[in-house]
Amino acid sequence: MSVFRPNWQALMSLLASLYSLTALPFTESMSAASSLTVVAILLAGALVSMLQLSFAVQTAVLTLSSFGAAALLIAGLTDAFGTATAGYFAALIAAWLLGWRLVTVLSGDGSRGSEGRGSTLIVPALFGIWVVILWECIVRGAGVPFVLLPPPSAIGLRITTSTSILAADFKQTVLKAVLFGYVVGSLTGFLVAILADRFRFLASGLLPIGNMVSALPMIGIAPIMVIWFGFDWQSKAAVVIVMTFFPMLVNTLAGLTATSEMERDLMRTYGATHWQVLLKLRLQAAMPFIFNALKINSTLALIGAIVAEFFGTPIVGMGFRISTEVGRMNLDMVWAEIAMAAIVGSLFYGALALLERAVTFWHPSYRR
Amino acid sequence: MTERSFIHDRLVPVGSILLLMLVIWYFAAYSMNAPFQRDFDRRAGETRSNIEFLMKTMSQPKPTMPAPHQVAENLWKNTFTVKPWSKRSLVYHSWVTLSATLSGFAMGTALGVAIAIGIVHIPALDRSFLPWIIASQTIPILAIAPMIIVLLSAIGITGLLPKALISTYLSFFPVAVGMVKGLRSPDVLHLDLMRTYSASKMQTLWKLRIPASVPFFFTSMKVAIAASLIGAIVGELPTGAVAGIGSKLLAGSYYSQTVDIFAALIAGSIVAILLVTAVDVVGRFVNTRMGAKAQ
Repeated sequence: MSVFRPNWQALMSLLASLYSLTALPFTESMSAASSLTVVAILLAGALVSMLQLSFAVQTAVLTLSSFGAAALLIAGLTDAFGTATAGYFAALIAAWLLGWRLVTVLSGDGSRGSEGRGSTLIVPALFGIWVVILWECIVRGAGVPFVLLPPPSAIGLRITTSTSILAADFKQTVLKAVLFGYVVGSLTGFLVAILADRFRFLASGLLPIGNMVSALPMIGIAPIMVIWFGFDWQSKAAVVIVMTFFPMLVNTLAGLTATSEMERDLMRTYGATHWQVLLKLRLQAAMPFIFNALKINSTLALIGAIVAEFFGTPIVGMGFRISTEVGRMNLDMVWAEIAMAAIVGSLFYGALALLERAVTFWHPSYRR
Repeated sequence: MTERSFIHDRLVPVGSILLLMLVIWYFAAYSMNAPFQRDFDRRAGETRSNIEFLMKTMSQPKPTMPAPHQVAENLWKNTFTVKPWSKRSLVYHSWVTLSATLSGFAMGTALGVAIAIGIVHIPALDRSFLPWIIASQTIPILAIAPMIIVLLSAIGITGLLPKALISTYLSFFPVAVGMVKGLRSPDVLHLDLMRTYSASKMQTLWKLRIPASVPFFFTSMKVAIAASLIGAIVGELPTGAVAGIGSKLLAGSYYSQTVDIFAALIAGSIVAILLVTAVDVVGRFVNTRMGAKAQ
């Protein structure tokens, strides 16, 4: 009995693959033999994974069976748009359950001390891969109209075939509007915070206003900026400047008060001037707060620039492309732009996180 | 003592900064409207005294930069002199946006809490899903908003729900992330105590984790409701919606009605302030009733 260790994902997977036998073959272009191969792989994977096996063997079996079955299922959709039977989806669910079992095995059982042996990157990556697999199979298998949701493969194809358009949009929106606005907005926010810190009156006046502004729908200023600065990237940069200014101001001001009375007293006993204390003690202590603002602003800047383009723009730019291609039902282009925005946003954020780690290595949150 | 410090520390500085901003606004209105006015006068062949010229820059029908009193007048006219349910009333438009915001916010909060409870209890979900939630904060979600609206209208869903869904999408992230933090905030000691009582997971959740997460809950709800409002406004942009603050902004930008844009913006800001304040007040009340120190 101890050799056999059942778990609900594998049991459900077993049931689902047995059910899938009722509707063979899975798609019009998939032969009964290859459909049976998928079921065989799934059944074998589910059964073997319930045996008492070493971690490595279990991981290998689950990986091979879930992804092997998924690969065959995707391949079975060639020239068979929208012809998948109920059995196809049952097999898909079975493969997905084995994938879930793999994630569970990799993450450990959650009890204290067993943090799981899967790397912190693999588990989320598996989740992402499964989202894409399910998206692809369901959209193509069930024949979801292209204008509703294009499959990831079509989006990928569109990205590779229209790199020049994507590059132009990237240049217009990110390199011109976002970058300029982000740098200027964050910098002015920072400088005003330094100034407000020197003159307390300014700080006590600006801080409540800044806190309030952070809750306001600042994106609404986009049409005004378009009227003032024209259709080109300058108006988008202006929106980004306004949106990024206050988070930086509020966070820097909060960060500058982060030092303790003791540390400031010590600086006073050294006879340090205001600027020395600022430069050598308080700015350094404020770095986590400043990076927090930089991270918030990186998201705000991209959103601000894209949404501002909905209000009027030259015929280039990510927001422009999204709004026009939606109107022309070219959904794959829209998704290509969204994918690019997601990648740019994540890279931006990731770069900031790395920089933060390098600058604020002394902070308790990074201590090991 | 406290009253004096409130006047001295808050009212005077905030008041003078606001006053300064008003002065700058008037100055900007003059300097941005002056070129157009000068051009206009030259073509009409009119010569004006300085005072008259100044007054003219403050009362253009389509100014580059409306003067504060023009905006205030527009706001007054469209709020108090028209029936609140007429299409011209800002109350009506604010209500349209507010209803989408609130329904989206309610759904987003429920979804966020559900995800957080799942993440805290299922380790696989924690390891695989939480990183994606955090990563998705870095992508411009609003970029998808127009597509969601168009897609849903293609399958026949229009009106309130698509906007509410965008609000949901924007507001569930802060709630989920904040709640995960909150549900994990009880001490290990307290969790161990629950274990010695042999409490079930359900009991631990209701009697320890959820009470401990309340302050986190309200903090993230304040962020979430502001995000909901932005989602609702942006959701009104793409389909040329006929009602709501977003549609007012869009119509204003089509016809260069700067006064209307400013009035709509201020109406939106008032809604935002009211919403955040409401969440704050409820949060303080609940926290005090639960025995937290009054602030």
